Amino acid sequence: MGATASQLDKGMLSEYQELTFLTKQEILLAHKRFSELVPKEEIDRINCRIPMSLILTLPELKSNPFNERICKVFSTSDIKDGSLSFDDFLDLLSAFSDSATLEIKSHYAFRIFDFDDDGTLGRHDLEKLVNCLTGGTDDTNLTPDEMRQLIDNILEESDIDKDGTVNLSEFQHVISRSPDFVSSFKIVL
Amino acid sequence: MIMTATRTMNFWKKRIQKRTSNSSKSLQSVDRSRPETMMMQIINECTDSDSSTSTDDTSDWQTIRSWTAGTSVRSRRSHLPHQESRHPTNQANVEEIRDAADVRFGLNTGFSEKNKEELVSDLRGLSVRDAMHKLRAAPLSLSDKREVRRLAFSNTVDDSFIRKHVTCSCCPCVLTMWRRFSFSCLNIRSSLKLWSSPMKKLSGRFGSGVLSYFLFLRTLLFFNLLLSATSGVFLIFPQILHPLSRHHQCTPGTFSGLELLTGTGCFSHSLMFYGYYSNDVIKHCGVDPFKSSGPQKVQSPDDCQMFSYSIPSAYFCTIAFPFFIICIILVYSISKSFGKSFHVLKTSRNQAEKVFCSWDHKVSKKSSVRLQCEKISTQIKEQLSETANGEQEKSCKQRCFSLIVHAIAWTACLTSIVLSAAGVHFLSERTLDQDPEDPKLLILSSVVSGFNLLLPGIFNVCGWLERYESTGTGVYVSIFRQEKNLLLKTSLIGVLCYRWLWRIAEIQQFKCWESFVGQELYRLLLMDFLFTILHTFLGEFVWRLFSKKILKKERKPKFDIALNVLELIYGQTLTWLGVLFAPLLPAVQIIKLFVLFYIKKCSLMLNCQASRKPWRATQMTSLFIALLWFPSFLGAAVSVGYTIGTAKPSSTCGPFRNLTRMFESVQWSKDLETSNTFLFWLRWAYNSLIENQLFLFLISGVLLFMIYFQTQVVDGQRKVICLLEKQIENEGTDKTFLISQLQHLTEQCAD
Repeated sequence: MGATASQLDKGMLSEYQELTFLTKQEILLAHKRFSELVPKEEIDRINCRIPMSLILTLPELKSNPFNERICKVFSTSDIKDGSLSFDDFLDLLSAFSDSATLEIKSHYAFRIFDFDDDGTLGRHDLEKLVNCLTGGTDDTNLTPDEMRQLIDNILEESDIDKDGTVNLSEFQHVISRSPDFVSSFKIVL
Repeated sequence: MIMTATRTMNFWKKRIQKRTSNSSKSLQSVDRSRPETMMMQIINECTDSDSSTSTDDTSDWQTIRSWTAGTSVRSRRSHLPHQESRHPTNQANVEEIRDAADVRFGLNTGFSEKNKEELVSDLRGLSVRDAMHKLRAAPLSLSDKREVRRLAFSNTVDDSFIRKHVTCSCCPCVLTMWRRFSFSCLNIRSSLKLWSSPMKKLSGRFGSGVLSYFLFLRTLLFFNLLLSATSGVFLIFPQILHPLSRHHQCTPGTFSGLELLTGTGCFSHSLMFYGYYSNDVIKHCGVDPFKSSGPQKVQSPDDCQMFSYSIPSAYFCTIAFPFFIICIILVYSISKSFGKSFHVLKTSRNQAEKVFCSWDHKVSKKSSVRLQCEKISTQIKEQLSETANGEQEKSCKQRCFSLIVHAIAWTACLTSIVLSAAGVHFLSERTLDQDPEDPKLLILSSVVSGFNLLLPGIFNVCGWLERYESTGTGVYVSIFRQEKNLLLKTSLIGVLCYRWLWRIAEIQQFKCWESFVGQELYRLLLMDFLFTILHTFLGEFVWRLFSKKILKKERKPKFDIALNVLELIYGQTLTWLGVLFAPLLPAVQIIKLFVLFYIKKCSLMLNCQASRKPWRATQMTSLFIALLWFPSFLGAAVSVGYTIGTAKPSSTCGPFRNLTRMFESVQWSKDLETSNTFLFWLRWAYNSLIENQLFLFLISGVLLFMIYFQTQVVDGQRKVICLLEKQIENEGTDKTFLISQLQHLTEQCAD
């Protein structure tokens, strides 16, 4: 089941409203924006997938340093290439919406930051995360010493069972201390 | 804050339900004869399995067993020629065992098939509505959620049945209609949300800091809407319907544009100011139209059903009740935001929190994203260097020098504040003695607004000097940098209040001093607005042109959030002070805020760039609301209360003209009281509860006890959290120990 040619039927709309955190307007707007991205020849095919390169042309995702990770996390395609169907797109918007709960947001934030998809944030994941945050240019990058010290500090503060990695529970514990997370983890079309 | 602590505690308790504290003891009793049984026994001991989950256990253990069996067979087969390949295979299998152990320890992240089945069984046990809530909050993809829903509600016929259950429970028609109505209201509300698309553009370019300023502006707009709606419906509308004929009408010839600014002339006898309102009790006769067929004569009181509406009481109530409601709203939002930012265990350094939570996904413009990256990078680097050098103590000479710099800066600022307050006082005394002509009335308000605009510039220079001297602490822009600005505004308003309440109220020359005070506040508000527009134009537009053409730099001016928020709070204080004397003042403030929004937005988009300094949006927002509550609202409420309670109203104008105190309008006439039991009960409640001292003592005693009790609870929970953290750490070491034992055993099996 997915997007039909130009209209969402009422049953689908109410199903999406029940299963996601989006309002009716947001779903209709998402459908409109998604249909604009679908290539002309596939517009009538139900459940078409848009490749990651097209999704990344959306202005809300274009400059986000985590855009590829976001696409890969929400993609349900078998070949793990980051392509999104309309259902995946709605999942993405629902997790980033105003009314999504802290648990959902922290769950998906954890998966986005887990660059190697091993279920925990190890040293490599944290290093890649900090490089994404600082932008990757020469003058904003941290020196190896600073990076090592920063990762040591992060692990000292958040790794409670002292296994050298941050798992989901520890991550959620750190997130719960910050009141800004819910408002900053938002994308609105 | 108690709920946050309890939540943290329960969170950790759930995570360490399977304890391994007795694992070391149990290892001694393990049967060492067969390695596989030994492994199974160890895993059984460690994971606290009880009979309820035994079926799950057997399937898991069978999997692990097959892996270990596979290991032994494979390693036996590959024993001779492939010695080196044994270890990778063993390693891979140990990883699988570790994953299985992770699942049992409850630390796996993904939602496997087993979790989905658990979710389905959970959902079956709940009501349909709760089940849908829980399903929506589960971190699954849409197709998985559909499958779970199909499995959980597989006994239903079709989707419409679910929808029916979700929408109505007992009385079908009313509840379905209500639910449809509330959904449509929600949709309407989200589409009516004022200014949502301009705010999205602003936050995309400038981030959450600037957005918090505009959100605060919108909140103030709603407060003013509340005030003007109440006074409009209950006060202004009845007064319009029953105008007093003795007020002189305004002829077009005498109207000049200046009167819009000064509020005198035509305006002073309009609905705008206190003086217009009558002190009558409007009696409206509801006559039965079929009773008499002849021309309507004045009916005797027996024929009429009296509907009496007292304008003085309405005036008093339209001030008292909205103030009370705003007070409750402000206290509620302060407590909510305080609860959000209070945590039972707050670490001193929060670098992990910064790294995980600081990226703002709303920012979409490329240059702003780059700025955000730079901001985060600077912040991280500064904090790392601070912790590296933090232990260096300043020498005595350096400390003396910094103290001297601070003292000089503060003396300069305090002197300027005192001088400006004295200047305003002196000027006000001079204008009181003279007979005020129209343009000269504007001098006082212009001078006040001028001081408000210029002196913060001086404070900024002093603050820059202080910051320059102290190294590396310029990380956070805090509103406490603006404390001098806050002092300035508070002292100016204080001087003005003294002028109004003590000097003008005493002087006999004013026939209607309340209208005069209302006009002064109106002038202050307008001048403040004009000067803000001037400042925006000069400070941002002209400065940008200047720096571009003359200084030849691309550096655009920055939007100072704290300064602008203080300006908003100042304007709102004036409105709250003035609502007693000029009931239409909130409407003026609404127009002003509306125009200000668009001016600031245009100025930002054209002239400014995003700030490089970090901004903690939630804490700053709660601080703005706290500042709005404490000096601003409380000060205004105290002044208004004082005026109502003690000042003598003028005898020739206004709704309180024949009373010794405005408050006496509450003592309504006897026939009003007896005609309305609600007022009677209100009066009784006031007399017995608020004026009774014993009751107040009791209330404060109970409050103090509750505060003490809550602090003790928080203390205890802090201790419990420390203990639980230690327990988790121990469990982690136990886990590594067990994994190494398993690895050892696997290798033994292979041999």
